Amino acid sequence: MSTPVLQIENVSKRFGQTLANDNISLSLHKGEIVALLGENGAGKTTLMSILFGHYVPDSGRVMVDGQELPAGRPRAAIRAGIGMVHQHFALAPNLTVLENVTTGTESLWSPRSRRREARAKLLAISERFGLKVDPDARLGDLSVGEQQRVEILKALYNEARILVLDEPTAVLTQIEAERLFATLKDMAAQGLSLIFISHKLDEVMSTADRIVVLRGGRHVAERPASETSKPELAELMVGRAVTRPVREPSEPGDVVLEAAAVTVRIGGVDRLKAVDFRLRAGEVLGIIGVSGNGQAALAQLLSGTAAMAGGDLLLFGQPVGALSVEDVVTAGIGRIPEDRNKDGAIGEMAIWENAILERLSNFSRHGLVDREAGMAFAQTIIDTFDVRGGSPASRIRLLSGGNMQKLILGRNLIDRPRVLIAAQPARGLDEGAVAAVHERILDARRQGTAVLLISEDLDEVMALADRIQAIVGGRLSPPIPAQEASTRKLGLMMAGEWEGETAHAV
Amino acid sequence: MRFERREHRPVALVIATPLIAVAAALAIAGILIAIAGAPVFEAYWNILKGAYGSRLSATETLTRATPLILTGLAAAVAFRARLWNIGGEGQLYLGAITVAWASSHFIGTWPSALQIPALLIMGAVAGMILLLVPLWLRLRFSVDEVVTTLLLNFVAVLVVSMLIDTVLKDPTAFGWPQSQSVADAAMLPKLLARSRLNLGLVIAVVLALVLAFVQSRTVFGIQSRAAGLNPQGAVFAGVPLGRTLVVVACLSGGLAGLAGAVEVMGVKGYVTTDLSPGYGYSGIVVAMLANLNPLGVVVAGLFTATMFVGADGMSRAMGIPSYIADVIVALSLLTMLIAVFFTQYRIRR
Repeated sequence: MSTPVLQIENVSKRFGQTLANDNISLSLHKGEIVALLGENGAGKTTLMSILFGHYVPDSGRVMVDGQELPAGRPRAAIRAGIGMVHQHFALAPNLTVLENVTTGTESLWSPRSRRREARAKLLAISERFGLKVDPDARLGDLSVGEQQRVEILKALYNEARILVLDEPTAVLTQIEAERLFATLKDMAAQGLSLIFISHKLDEVMSTADRIVVLRGGRHVAERPASETSKPELAELMVGRAVTRPVREPSEPGDVVLEAAAVTVRIGGVDRLKAVDFRLRAGEVLGIIGVSGNGQAALAQLLSGTAAMAGGDLLLFGQPVGALSVEDVVTAGIGRIPEDRNKDGAIGEMAIWENAILERLSNFSRHGLVDREAGMAFAQTIIDTFDVRGGSPASRIRLLSGGNMQKLILGRNLIDRPRVLIAAQPARGLDEGAVAAVHERILDARRQGTAVLLISEDLDEVMALADRIQAIVGGRLSPPIPAQEASTRKLGLMMAGEWEGETAHAV
Repeated sequence: MRFERREHRPVALVIATPLIAVAAALAIAGILIAIAGAPVFEAYWNILKGAYGSRLSATETLTRATPLILTGLAAAVAFRARLWNIGGEGQLYLGAITVAWASSHFIGTWPSALQIPALLIMGAVAGMILLLVPLWLRLRFSVDEVVTTLLLNFVAVLVVSMLIDTVLKDPTAFGWPQSQSVADAAMLPKLLARSRLNLGLVIAVVLALVLAFVQSRTVFGIQSRAAGLNPQGAVFAGVPLGRTLVVVACLSGGLAGLAGAVEVMGVKGYVTTDLSPGYGYSGIVVAMLANLNPLGVVVAGLFTATMFVGADGMSRAMGIPSYIADVIVALSLLTMLIAVFFTQYRIRR
């Protein structure tokens, strides 16, 4: 094989007590797609930050085309042809696509902007790689998938030959992700070299030529995609064999939550349109759908943060009207929010405060908070749910995503709720944490909790749910038993095709 | 060079931060003093002497600290909940004029034991009302309260200016625009005879203690902090966002209004348009210097008052303009902001 376009040689980087990168080497050839696979905290992002000059390595070096790259200089990395697509886009929402792409490419002192040339160049690139986007659209008006395309275009506009994508699918829907990977393959075929960071086995297997597995800051394995398998990669990544739990058959109990023709209007738009569902004790009802089809409204309604505009909701057989968060929590409904950082936790507050925030009335008398009881409650959750990386008094922001999710699960499940509303409970978690979260949900089901599982992950729904309904454009399909579910059938349902009627996906 | 967020903030660092910041500010201001041609250490010694060198100066410093602590608390409690109340000055003046008006026109004959509490409450309520208007605009129409509270300062001061030149004008003041005086029974008791130091200081310090307790130990304290740090998360956890902000606004506006009431009832006895040399704005500085901690506000208020009173004395003794006090306080705020940054981040190369 020819000389690699990029070589990372023996890079080490230490942050305080943790060795984030321990003597890692990696090479990338022209036209190749390498996946950097690892759990959260394995050192993937640190390694890429070193490559891009954000961090200076303690030892080791980065070579591009055989030339050593000066450490800690993002400008030099850009000039050498490295382009970075960040997980959290580094774009300005108030500027147009063209302005975003050209920002930083022109001299500050130049009297005029070469807009015409810039536009022509941008359009040529977008044509060549099939990255369609309107150069005059305001960035803030674009969907997340389109914004990512702009981020990629920006890198290509800067003549990037080596493209690094940090968890590119974390923010994308399934369809957008598939489209992205088709583009990436096309780019590799045209001679670009790509590295993408991921912890999702499916996309790594389907897209990469070569897979490098990091664990605990170390390079633990390297495999051509054609010579490995998902189980092998999962084991390499976690360090032990992981199997996601699967529900065992059981007899569900009484109906605890029933919706009849329920409509929810948010911002003047009907996000849920006359939906029906029944949820029974000891069963998991899966709501599958491409995100943005009304899942948020459904979760908000049942979490007490959105009002019903029409229809009937029966909780334990009693009709309920407008639910407040307090009503929901005192009724014994546990809530796992879709966005654990924005909804589920106040990052700068202590773990114990986060543990009791939604049930302060249980931990206070005459308006005074019982700190001791709160700390004890948090400690119980930490012990019972195996939350690692923090004590009750430390800030919740310090927890990893998986541990934060375990804490959120814990504060809801520890009192044996009768209903659990779980919105995307395993999103963004690594394999080990996914298995732990799934185990907890199945455990709650075994104890008789009725679980409403809102998810866009087919595997997750098929493993956990007893019955499945698809959500499309704010409407719910009739339920099908899990035994009848197949990837194909669920795919059709998610596209809005179910027996008797056809809705249209948005 | 890069900044990385610190995972843990050592307690010693948090305590040392303001001390280092003030030391740095004094060092930088020392350069200016040297440029002005005076010996630096002697100048600082004279500031200390000017602030605490005599019974008169010490009581003056404490008297000066009183409104600064109250407006500092007003800013701290609001900023904690991310309610940007820049309107302390206007709330202070409205509290002051309310007290002068009520005492001179309605309840001046009441005995002190009744009149003083009644007036303090009225002053606080006046401040509250002036802040509830911008809060309502924010909650109802998402109007930025930074702009509305700031501009209401000018409205309030001009209204007060109009009142003391017309309906509330003191006819015995030789034509000066000055409000009628509050009744003698409305004046706060002195803490020390032959000084201006009055009960207001005790009120301010007690309120700081109460506020520290409320913020750390009560349901409201936790909820208002959650609302400030992450409104969306607070709503998900069932924190009544609007109600919490209304209570925060009542506390903040009330404290600023109280500062005006205390200044009139404790020191001046009447209202003029130079009642406050910018106490409302200085309160913001005091709150930031204290890192929004209520007990820290007491210390920061004392520090600011020390600089202002001390610089006057130093200026008389050494001929350095007393504006150096403004410079020192402003520098302290800057160094404090930088120091707070370093308690949260560390430098990495």
